[in-house]
Amino acid sequence: MKDEISREERVENLKGMGCSRKRVEDARFTQGKGNYVDDVKLDGMLFGDFVRSPYAHANIKSIDTEAALKVPGVVAVLTAADLEPLGLHWMPTLAGDKQMVLADGKVLYQGQEVAYVVAEDRYAAADGIEAVEVEYEELQVIVDPFESLKSDVILRPDTVDENGKAVDGAHGPRDHPNHIFTWEAGDKDPTEEVIANADVVAEEEMYYHRTHPCPLETCGCVASMDKVNGKLTLWGTFQAPHAIRTIVSLISGIEEHNIRVISPDIGGGFGNKVGAYPGYVCSVVASIVTGKPVKWIEDRMDNLMTTAFARDYWMKGKISATPEGKITGLHCHVTADHGGFDACADPTKFPAGFMNICTGSYDIPTAYLAVDGVYTNKAPGGVSYRCSFRVTEAVYFIERMIEVLAIKLNMDSAELRRINFIKKEQFPYKAALGWEYDSGDYHTAWDKALKAVDYDGLRAEQAQRVEDFKAGKTRKLMGVGLSFFTEIVGAGPVKNCDILGMGMFDSCEIRIHPTGSAIARLGTISQGQGHATTFAQILATEIGLSADSITIEEGDTDTAPYGLGTYGSRSTPVAGAAAAMVGRKIRAKAQMIAAYLLEVHDDDVEFDVDRFVVKGAPERFKTMKEIAFASYNQAIPGLEPGLEAVSYYDPPNMTYPFGAYVCVMDIDVDTGVTEIRRFYALDDCGTRINPMVIEGQIHGGLTEALAVALGQEIAYDDMGNCKTATLMDFFLPTAWEVPNYETDYTVTPSPHHPIGAKGVGESPHVGGVPCFSNAVQDAFRAFGNTHTNMPHDHWRIWKTANELGLHD
Amino acid sequence: MSNKKHVKLNVNGKDEEFLAEPRELLIYTLRERLDITGPHIGCETSHCGACTVTIDGKSVKSCTMYTVQAEGKDVTTIEGIGGPDDLHPLQTAFKEHHGLQCGYCTPGMITRATKLLEENPTPTEEEIRFGMAGNICRCTGYQNIVKSIQAAATEMNAAKEAAE
Ligand code: FES
Ligand code: FES
Repeated sequence: MKDEISREERVENLKGMGCSRKRVEDARFTQGKGNYVDDVKLDGMLFGDFVRSPYAHANIKSIDTEAALKVPGVVAVLTAADLEPLGLHWMPTLAGDKQMVLADGKVLYQGQEVAYVVAEDRYAAADGIEAVEVEYEELQVIVDPFESLKSDVILRPDTVDENGKAVDGAHGPRDHPNHIFTWEAGDKDPTEEVIANADVVAEEEMYYHRTHPCPLETCGCVASMDKVNGKLTLWGTFQAPHAIRTIVSLISGIEEHNIRVISPDIGGGFGNKVGAYPGYVCSVVASIVTGKPVKWIEDRMDNLMTTAFARDYWMKGKISATPEGKITGLHCHVTADHGGFDACADPTKFPAGFMNICTGSYDIPTAYLAVDGVYTNKAPGGVSYRCSFRVTEAVYFIERMIEVLAIKLNMDSAELRRINFIKKEQFPYKAALGWEYDSGDYHTAWDKALKAVDYDGLRAEQAQRVEDFKAGKTRKLMGVGLSFFTEIVGAGPVKNCDILGMGMFDSCEIRIHPTGSAIARLGTISQGQGHATTFAQILATEIGLSADSITIEEGDTDTAPYGLGTYGSRSTPVAGAAAAMVGRKIRAKAQMIAAYLLEVHDDDVEFDVDRFVVKGAPERFKTMKEIAFASYNQAIPGLEPGLEAVSYYDPPNMTYPFGAYVCVMDIDVDTGVTEIRRFYALDDCGTRINPMVIEGQIHGGLTEALAVALGQEIAYDDMGNCKTATLMDFFLPTAWEVPNYETDYTVTPSPHHPIGAKGVGESPHVGGVPCFSNAVQDAFRAFGNTHTNMPHDHWRIWKTANELGLHD
Repeated sequence: MSNKKHVKLNVNGKDEEFLAEPRELLIYTLRERLDITGPHIGCETSHCGACTVTIDGKSVKSCTMYTVQAEGKDVTTIEGIGGPDDLHPLQTAFKEHHGLQCGYCTPGMITRATKLLEENPTPTEEEIRFGMAGNICRCTGYQNIVKSIQAAATEMNAAKEAAE
């Protein structure tokens, strides 16, 4: 047999790993044919919406639904009293806490769900909501977590025994009824000793403000109970559809095989859509009660006020070093405001997620971290917004501590980083706080980044600018923001990571059809990451069929294998690994088929791009297409017909992508207006599957970082009123505020991942926030500034300038 | 509440006639009544642009407008801009230049960009950024959206020149 096309052409036709394959998803999205949850329409479908509390803390004296039930179009109204007999008025959270589904006796935050109105359409539901009469008795509101830990006001009735004494929580004893947990990592006494005896110690307090992932599509679901067949179907914006199915089964008692959860197209997730919300439970109940499908879609105000906020960490740090700048110890204490319920999405063994990567990219011999979780009268959540379980907080903390230490040492902070980086030869590196970093080459990345931006030139320009400012020649200061981050993604090994006790593996199943095309299904679900494109590329390289002939399907629990979903940049490290492994299973069988067809021993054939070739006889081969056909149509001794496989992948370790970012910013001292002159981002996510998709995710993550650092905040007043519940008050950058980014990369594959890939989607956010923030704060370094809190909006920057006397 | 008003409008070239309550928003009419689900809801307060349509030649956020206000008008949604057999150059360019990720903002973005390029066929980057500032995207960081619009403009201008 003569091979008609060259090997290069065969590689190109494959569209495998490394190529910037155009996305297959885009045809439907660009033509308005996406299928998001609000596009799901079923016969007779009803619409549910919530009566929400106007108060942040109040007893509920009565709820009168009579008038509401008379409103035209209103079908039913549910309250906690209706859910209680079913045992559904409280539900478990992902963090081992429990949460009211509908307010049970009292409300704990503004916007809390009090009653669920089911009506024929959204307008009728809104009328029904207006007509529900709730009588509240206002209680003292606690918005400050430090206050909360001292207060006599007990927020939750379930945290105390009959004597008013705090009972143990899911993560151990509570010091106070409003205290959720204390979680520690590292060695306390040695760390404190090192710091107490150090030559140089820098201390800082910083508040990582409360913010919100705010995907463009809000959360929602459609529940449809088919009473005849006993089947419940639930469509929704779920980042973890299988986990949702298990949770629904556990709390409803409906057996899992009778529940089908479907995540259709999702309009962005960023962590907001991991958790389970009262809307899901109420919709399921309402569908069972009414016998009709029920849709619930949040509006933007609901979304910003009540679902899955992020951050809200009050962090206190101490860092010690030698006079030459070698770091000797790090101490971190966090007071974490979780709001009314501890509903953060963290692996249950890590109540503060991966905050214990707060030693960052540095070889810090001794470290200690403690986090105290606290209840307040704010919305619950605490999701890892575009990061893996609190890595954004950890990286912000260490990257600020480095800057503060550099000021104390009167040293250049780029140099301080360089002398403390974990060295290439130290990997795998066991960090003081317990995790083992898989691979890294930080010095190379840092040098490349500093060279690309002409770092010395920038510092010289900055010094000149300070002179000019002092001489009255300009009113603009210049900041050089640096950050070097290590992410910890790919959650995770089942032994370490779980949601509600479900281990975090992931899965891929593939069926090759006789004509050599295939369908692969995974336990993850894309929310814009382009899985249909990139997973097909992994499989193409592994099995030798063109990516164009492989359909990827996710998000339907009736067809997809069990997996823990898409968040924490875990799709590529975990599901991507499962795809590679399933490909290898296919290849192993294909090898046997090829050997049989070519009448040689199994070991005498080898895989080459898209075929098995007899070793030493390149003209004798069978293409994967031929092998697929034969697998179905030829009796092959000792082998079952067909070419299918499934892989459940439990990673041996997490992966540790890293990056080096530089931001050059001009700041107008008189207006506080910032202008990003340049942003350079170097990312190392190991093996690169689709460079186009990677770059796109970096642009997106950096823009969300810009928003968090420079303006976005969920803010409350003393009464617990949420002051930022619309897009008028909650800053989302538009094309106008956003710069162009320069992207760059190095490649340090993960040694334990089958294809060496590490995951990237969240890196730019993790590294971006401290980079933007450092740029602002660096601009004021020459004038005595050490630290100011985010968000650095124009007003706060103006205030900093004013406090530093720059307006005199 | 039977204060419904008779409304007649044309959507994507098709005449539609129905009774609507005065408070019904156009985005709701399109999505729920007429099954035109390309325009999306991101905020319902005129901030995000996910619901952008074209009304009598102007970009309008369809959550901003009551359906009765659209009486007698021509409405174009993403569905009226191009289909599988006659893609608009912007639809092609967004795919070519990776101008979308989750795709939720995309119908509004492309609908808005068609008007932008009609009003200004050779926009600078600054003009594109300013002209698109009513449309929020949470995924892409805009860089590739800008690139897509630039590419579509070039493509459309070349086609126009070739036709002349
Ligand atoms: S939904 Fe109309 S502008 Fe956001
Ligand atoms: S692509 Fe997701 S909002 Fe724009």
